[in-house]
Amino acid sequence: MSAEPTVGRKIGDVILDVANVSLSFGGVRALNGVSFDVNEGEVRAIIGPNGAGKSSMLNCINGFYKPTEGMITFKGESHHQMETYESASQGIARTFQNIALFKGMTTLDNIMTGRNLQMKKNFLWQALYFGPALKEELENREVVEKVIDFLEIESIRKTVVGRLPYGLQKRVELARALAAEPDMLLLDEPMAGMNHEEKEDMCRYILDVNDEFGTTIVLIEHDMSVVMDISDRVVVLDYGEKIADGTPDEVRANQRVVDAYLGVQHD
Amino acid sequence: MEVLNTFLIAPFLDMADSPIFLLEVVIGGLMAGVMYSLVALGFVLIYKASGVFNYAQGAMVLFAALTLVGLMENHVPIIVAIILTMAVMVGVAMLIERYMLRPLVNQAQIILFMACIGLNFVFEGAGQIAWGSNVKKLDIGIPENSFEIGGVLLNAFDLTAAITAAILVAFLAVFFQKTAIGRALRAVADDHQAALSVGIPLKTIWVIVWSVSGFVALVAGIMWGGKAGVQFSLVLIALKALPVLILGGFESVPGAIIGGLLIGVFEKVSEVYWGPAFGGAIEGWFAYMAALVFLMFRPQGLFGEKIIERV
Repeated sequence: MSAEPTVGRKIGDVILDVANVSLSFGGVRALNGVSFDVNEGEVRAIIGPNGAGKSSMLNCINGFYKPTEGMITFKGESHHQMETYESASQGIARTFQNIALFKGMTTLDNIMTGRNLQMKKNFLWQALYFGPALKEELENREVVEKVIDFLEIESIRKTVVGRLPYGLQKRVELARALAAEPDMLLLDEPMAGMNHEEKEDMCRYILDVNDEFGTTIVLIEHDMSVVMDISDRVVVLDYGEKIADGTPDEVRANQRVVDAYLGVQHD
Repeated sequence: MEVLNTFLIAPFLDMADSPIFLLEVVIGGLMAGVMYSLVALGFVLIYKASGVFNYAQGAMVLFAALTLVGLMENHVPIIVAIILTMAVMVGVAMLIERYMLRPLVNQAQIILFMACIGLNFVFEGAGQIAWGSNVKKLDIGIPENSFEIGGVLLNAFDLTAAITAAILVAFLAVFFQKTAIGRALRAVADDHQAALSVGIPLKTIWVIVWSVSGFVALVAGIMWGGKAGVQFSLVLIALKALPVLILGGFESVPGAIIGGLLIGVFEKVSEVYWGPAFGGAIEGWFAYMAALVFLMFRPQGLFGEKIIERV
């Protein structure tokens, strides 16, 4: 996999700052005082063994989980706990580990839901389905068509997503997240269960999104060669605690990471 | 031989004997069916948006009708009374969202179903505490005379009800399939988490859907109440919606309509032509039997979304 980040990408200031976040479910501590930051325009990976708290971290960022302690600062606004609606409207979109698509709806409708926050016309106009609401629908449809084009899923536009193979469902899910034109994209194991070819495609899409739209990307992934290849910086979690943070090379060389996760040195 | 004759031959001979009468029976069935569709619609709306079978839909019909009649008894003009009743139904939807749905989010469907049964009693009780339990007459000025078209006897009230239902249905079908809100509703029904992640406000959607369903209950209440008087038995009509839903599919608006019409026609035709063979009064259970048989062949209903699961 030789998808090198293109030169000329701009890494900006800190867009997301996670400070000392802890999360407990009853007696189980899923996260324990985790802190890290994400710069604008960067590809940031979160890795770690199963049950390390990676998904819990993403869930805290987008508001599904409410941390018991800590602060999450996104675009300069600090929150003790994020709200899902707020995080979405401020530009955070995400995909899920176990694909969460609207299975009974078509690919097109699924992706259109990603535009939900951009469709602000009055409920009554929408109910009547003409005038401003229709115009709005068409404008948003245009954005969606671009995303469909970008991810090369034209042929399944009208297919009910429940019928699609796994790899394509993952792509539709990415499309729905992209349709919101997010500033930050949270990807929870975007390549899990994919074959080599599908993984390469997915890598290319992720890098293209990052490159063309300047979207900040936070991803969880188990395939080390992918992670080391596409990310700028990597956070390593183990048992809910941060054990390392740095560039892929730094992380790879870290003894605690090797012991906890990588096993043997990777190259 | 005689049994075969009573069940398989005589009814059809009767039908052929007087086609005009058959037509009248069928139309009578269609008219009754429209009313069933109206109640079934309320169920479908809530089922689509929250995956809950709202057992309390019948009680909502009664509650809406009681509120309307109660206001009219207090000399509130009819238009104002309808608007006020609608406001009450929206208020009720907000309360339901706040005190029933929100605490139960992510719970199993059966728990929500139980909550709906509880809600049913709350509606029944509240309606009667507020407005009393006497049978009330609801007269909103729809003419009730009958007239003939081409030898077929029609009732103006039934016709009005049918047209009202048709308009309502057309409106709801477009609303669900074509608009952004409709899409958001379907999304919420499909996957709560995913819906939240794209910024669909779950709470607002629930209030909207329960309000719309309250509106449908009000229309059904006006039509049923106008026909049969506003009384406790309106709640039982909700049970008639069950075979309609099985036939039409729980998540299909057109299904509720066509299911309702079919059940209405089945019922009337069977009562008139096969009733005597059973000693009469088969109207009550025939619909359930029909639904049961149908279920064996098409578990998802006529228009239900086919269950697709990748394993």
